[in-house]
Amino acid sequence: MSSSRPAVAISDHALEQLKYIRATMERTGSFTAVPGWGGVAMGVSALAAAVVAAQQTDMRMWGMVWMCEVVLALVIGSAFILRKTRQGDRSVFAAPGRQFFLSFSPPVAAGGLLSWVLYQQGAWAVLPGTWLLLYGAGVVTAGAFSVRVVPIMGLCFMLLGGAALACPSSWGNWFLAGGFGVIHIVFGLIIARRYGG
Amino acid sequence: MAKSTAAKLTTLTASAGVAAMKEAQALDRLIHEKVRLGIVSALAASGPLTFNELKALLQTTDGNVSVHARRLEEAGYITCSKSFENRFPRTEYELTADGRAALEKYLDHLEAIVGAMRPK
Repeated sequence: MSSSRPAVAISDHALEQLKYIRATMERTGSFTAVPGWGGVAMGVSALAAAVVAAQQTDMRMWGMVWMCEVVLALVIGSAFILRKTRQGDRSVFAAPGRQFFLSFSPPVAAGGLLSWVLYQQGAWAVLPGTWLLLYGAGVVTAGAFSVRVVPIMGLCFMLLGGAALACPSSWGNWFLAGGFGVIHIVFGLIIARRYGG
Repeated sequence: MAKSTAAKLTTLTASAGVAAMKEAQALDRLIHEKVRLGIVSALAASGPLTFNELKALLQTTDGNVSVHARRLEEAGYITCSKSFENRFPRTEYELTADGRAALEKYLDHLEAIVGAMRPK
């Protein structure tokens, strides 16, 4: 019996080491180049844009407000991605950054082109749903190379986009606030807290 | 009857204990240390990682990463490459084939220890 007691302690220690190895490996795979705080900042700017856009009576001006927000969000997102990759001594053009860009760009470019056509035709009612759907598709495809929370965020955008297309067009602005504002803030905070900023 | 079962159980437990202790003695002491085990596990899971990434992952100090990484490098378990990016020094570590084999062997030993003490 005397030899079994230290052996039990050794076995417990071995189990602890196995758990530590697994936790370290999981944490390593959890690093993402997607910036959480960048998402929060983009969310805040989208909420502000939604408030400004809601006050516009001319739909062209409403569209312009959201176009300005797209440019602002791109600047914010890029700045935070650069900041996060530099913190890890990584180049933004390294494999993860390249994969993200190559997967995210096609749906977003398709969204841009489609938006231009819809804008020209004055089909304002379907713009919020289209933006949310295609942005969500970009996040889902880019998220395939990232932590699980990223594609989940993309799916939320797509669901909201689908709902926006099914609901009255007067709700469109608030769907955009919910998607680009609230979803970005909520998931941004999750990514920032769990996956290093 | 009950007495002989208890005696058998004691003998079995004792022999399992001996087996577990034998496995424990065979453990690779170099990667048994927590920070070194963390470095090897992280590199095995992700491929090359920079000094700062390892430090953030293992939530430890510059000195700890540097000292333990050097010991692993001396043993041939990892390689270290230094370069400059935008004028800033950049240190990157990568697991070698020997390092991966050592981690796999270490995992086998841990599993054998846990397996030996598991009630059959």
